[in-house]
Amino acid sequence: MAEPADLAVLQVLALRATLLGAIRRFFDERDFVEVETPAIVPSPGLDVHLAAFEVNTSQGEPVGWLATSPEYQMKRLLSTGAQRIFQLCRSYRAEEHGRHHEREFTMLEWYRANATSDDVIRDTEELVAVVANALDQPAPEVQPPWQRLTVDEALQFHANVELDAIVNDEEQFFRVWAEKVQPRLGNERPIVVTDWPSSMASLARLKPNGMADRFEAFFRGVEICNGFGELTDAAEQRRRFEQDRSERRAAGSPVYPIDERFLDDLERGMPESGGNALGVDRLLMLLVGADSIQAVMPFPEERL
Amino acid sequence: MADTSDIKKGFKMLLDGVPFAVVDHQFVKPGKGQAFIRTRIKNMMSGAVIDRTFKSGEKLEKADTEERTMQYLYPEGDSRVFMDTRSYEQISLTNEQLGDNVHYLLDGTEVDIMLFEGRPIGVTPPTFVELLVTETEPGFKGDTSSNTTKPAMCETGLQVNVPLFVNAGDKLKVDTRTGAYVERVKG
Repeated sequence: MAEPADLAVLQVLALRATLLGAIRRFFDERDFVEVETPAIVPSPGLDVHLAAFEVNTSQGEPVGWLATSPEYQMKRLLSTGAQRIFQLCRSYRAEEHGRHHEREFTMLEWYRANATSDDVIRDTEELVAVVANALDQPAPEVQPPWQRLTVDEALQFHANVELDAIVNDEEQFFRVWAEKVQPRLGNERPIVVTDWPSSMASLARLKPNGMADRFEAFFRGVEICNGFGELTDAAEQRRRFEQDRSERRAAGSPVYPIDERFLDDLERGMPESGGNALGVDRLLMLLVGADSIQAVMPFPEERL
Repeated sequence: MADTSDIKKGFKMLLDGVPFAVVDHQFVKPGKGQAFIRTRIKNMMSGAVIDRTFKSGEKLEKADTEERTMQYLYPEGDSRVFMDTRSYEQISLTNEQLGDNVHYLLDGTEVDIMLFEGRPIGVTPPTFVELLVTETEPGFKGDTSSNTTKPAMCETGLQVNVPLFVNAGDKLKVDTRTGAYVERVKG
């Protein structure tokens, strides 16, 4: 591993070019099609703690929002028959800024039709090992398979508290998670955390055990991706959107519209699918041993 | 009223009536969860450093602190008297409040004094001070390279480990952050 360093801009761009090339090769070899979806969208995502940039014309007419992830449009492609798709794009989150956050960042998102979350977890493990090699950082610790842990196990192991005891108090859950659990996840090797509470299912389906079919991978205390066995039930998806909207209203957050075309396409039928969204800047940061994503971006906000 | 968006290194806030200064901070936002600011903060009264996590957007009370440059004048009982070089206002700090810094005070030394709600709570001396050696074992001629050190007593009562070639009457440059010998000052 390289020493943490503020890498010179050309070196950063060379690393990124290598990384992006390796990602494209990885998916190409597995018969994925690279797709493009718009940055300006009619609904930027309804997750309660997401803040989007509103886009207006010069006359102040609202046009839409910058996408916080390309999820809705990529899933609409699955409904139209796409089998394996991936996208490298910028995503935008208006109120996230810190060593592991930038308001504009690079997202890798991919979907497999007729597949499960296990399939995309395997993709993730292989992808990280392959790109580490391509970057000349063949870290033995990232070789698959990665350890798996449920949310409940992670809480018990690192914070000595059971999920049941805090699942109904979301602020308490995330405080414990942020303070005690996440900083210790994946310190030696990447780790996959599964079985999130159904209240945090977002766009994941529920598993037979009642937990969300959602996973996140962590490496050295940093979340690198968030994936789902996708929810394909349009009625359930609408119910969750309405729930998110009422929570946003109660919190005084902007209440974004529901993407009706996305729900229409779900209604028409989306195959059982697995999908994952991975933070490209964070992955690069971790693989080259930098201590912030800004160190591996050519023009982070603070140097713009 | 401030909030968590004001947090940066050195930001001073009041928690349960005690002033704290931010040493380090990080924005954290678990996956689909709400955002927090994880901080490491220093109790400005006791010097103790603790970890504290704030909810993003949480209101914070700014600590009423002010740092003023003052000149050391003279000792008075268990205290030391300083003067604001602009207003000529005088204040005194007890030796206990000054801690080790008491050993870096010479006539006229300029220090930064931290005031909390108008009362002095701490002092930052210059990073380097020059102190006269009053007492040390005689040096050995020619021994200038060895790592061996010996104790030396300075005019302010500070004891420093010095190389063997240092003699009583020499002037030393001392790092006040560590209390360590830096070099012998010529002249």
